[in-house]
Amino acid sequence: MTSTQQQPGAISEAGAISVRGLVKSFGSVQVLKGIDLDINKGEVVCVIGPSGSGKTTMLRCVNLLEQPTAGQIVVNGFEVTDSECNIDAMRRSIGMVFQQFNLFPHLTVLQNLTVAQIKVLKRSKTEAEKVALHNLERVGMAHKETAYPPQLSGGQQQRIAIARSLSMDPALMLFDEPTSALDPELVGEVLAVMKGLAKDGMTMMVVTHEMAFARDVADRVIFMDGGVVVEEGPAEQVIGNPQHERTKNFMFRVLHPTEVGEEQVTAAAPEPVEMTTLEAPAEGLTLRKRKFGR
Amino acid sequence: MPREIFVTTVAVPKKRMTKKQRTLLTRILQFAGLFVVIVLLGFLGEWGDFSKSFFNLETIGKAIPRMFSVGLLNTLIYTLSAFAVGLSLGLVIALMRLSEEALYRWLGTIYVELFRGLPAILVLFLVNFGIPLLFPSSAFLQDFYVKVAIGLGSVAAAYIAETIRAGIQAVPKGQMEAARTLGMSSGLAMRKIILPQAFRVIIPPLTNEIILLVKDSSLVFALGVTASQYELTKLGQSFATGSVKGIPAGATPLVLGGLFYLLITLPLSQAVRRLEIMQAKRR
Repeated sequence: MTSTQQQPGAISEAGAISVRGLVKSFGSVQVLKGIDLDINKGEVVCVIGPSGSGKTTMLRCVNLLEQPTAGQIVVNGFEVTDSECNIDAMRRSIGMVFQQFNLFPHLTVLQNLTVAQIKVLKRSKTEAEKVALHNLERVGMAHKETAYPPQLSGGQQQRIAIARSLSMDPALMLFDEPTSALDPELVGEVLAVMKGLAKDGMTMMVVTHEMAFARDVADRVIFMDGGVVVEEGPAEQVIGNPQHERTKNFMFRVLHPTEVGEEQVTAAAPEPVEMTTLEAPAEGLTLRKRKFGR
Repeated sequence: MPREIFVTTVAVPKKRMTKKQRTLLTRILQFAGLFVVIVLLGFLGEWGDFSKSFFNLETIGKAIPRMFSVGLLNTLIYTLSAFAVGLSLGLVIALMRLSEEALYRWLGTIYVELFRGLPAILVLFLVNFGIPLLFPSSAFLQDFYVKVAIGLGSVAAAYIAETIRAGIQAVPKGQMEAARTLGMSSGLAMRKIILPQAFRVIIPPLTNEIILLVKDSSLVFALGVTASQYELTKLGQSFATGSVKGIPAGATPLVLGGLFYLLITLPLSQAVRRLEIMQAKRR
């Protein structure tokens, strides 16, 4: 898929996601300060940026897990920000994968995949199980259908969570740092599944810290910082040859974590404090240094 | 630490006991004390008269049939009907307490604070007086058993509501989010995803609630009951006063009643223990 030219102002009905002027505040803290972005059908877009930059909040606004303060969002033809929007129908068309997997621990793997199909899509049990098994096969977990989620590793749980979303036949998948809660040796299996999905033409918006994945798989990379989109473009450009100062600093810190000196860190932080307090720092070392540096 | 200072400053070369020896000595002294208390009780009490009143085998034989057919049966009916009312009303109150609608939260809180703060027996009296005045034409509500279920149940509901609320809040927020993301309505997600997990957590405290209700059912006598409505305590007491022909006055029926209570409560706590172990294994 090719990257698209963004046209601020006009919302294209053909796109999978269109966001215009999205603002989100928690109390007096403004986390998103006017976001515009478009994602086309079949496109894979990775959203990167430091912790507290608003990536996750932006993703959660798209399927209304967070209520936007202002702005307009259109997803799969549903105007999410319209109060008359059928939220349940809108969410049915969007799959979401969470950092903490959020599988239902009281249900077996198979039931995790069938419960919403049966209750929401009104599929028969046989049909739902057929779909579920197909999707478990897809993520390489078909042999675990009778297990309960807590008995499985994080990587296995996350793959099952992806299969659960796929079972609802979504037109679009949102990933909220899907590998951040995993042990390092389990990250690969989840990324491989996501890569497979991308190859199959699934529209994906992925908030991630996995630069290698973004570079390999993403059609487009969006860099966010301080609640705004700072830079976006082809992965090679944003990751390999960033244009903005903030993007350059972030990339340097992510790609060379051990080379970051004290001075560079403080110099690299144009808007330091308020953002770091919002989320636990994922790039722990550098961010913590930044705090001490003040 | 004063003791350490004492030991180090007084430099008497006295061999202290080891820790083990000290523990043993304390234990021996405790057992000796216990023994003395038992012996004293044995000598001071009039055990002959006591056992004649408390453990009269003949009385036991005569009282047991009605203890089963009337006392145990009524106790179980009062308990279970009150629990049914308490659980359903408690669930509604719990959901009200967690509602986004402020009015519901407010009503829920008032209910819980009110019925938790009143003695069960007072609520029973109020229900007994209030229902005939409020609904004089409803034969169903005038029924003694229904009034008991409402009276005991509405008190239990306050406690059960708080238990259920805690259980629901113990389910991680991500569970509701995941369910909603799959397109479930909040009601469906509550029924299929949240409540099943919540109830798993609260089965032990809920069973505790049943055990309390088993005992609270003895309060029913205060409403004035006919012989067929006697539960274990009232029946035992009526036997004990000698008011029933063929059964001499004495405390044996009360002891028997007590054993019947344990017959209900001990298996319940045992069942909970098993359930908890099973759940722990599954995790």
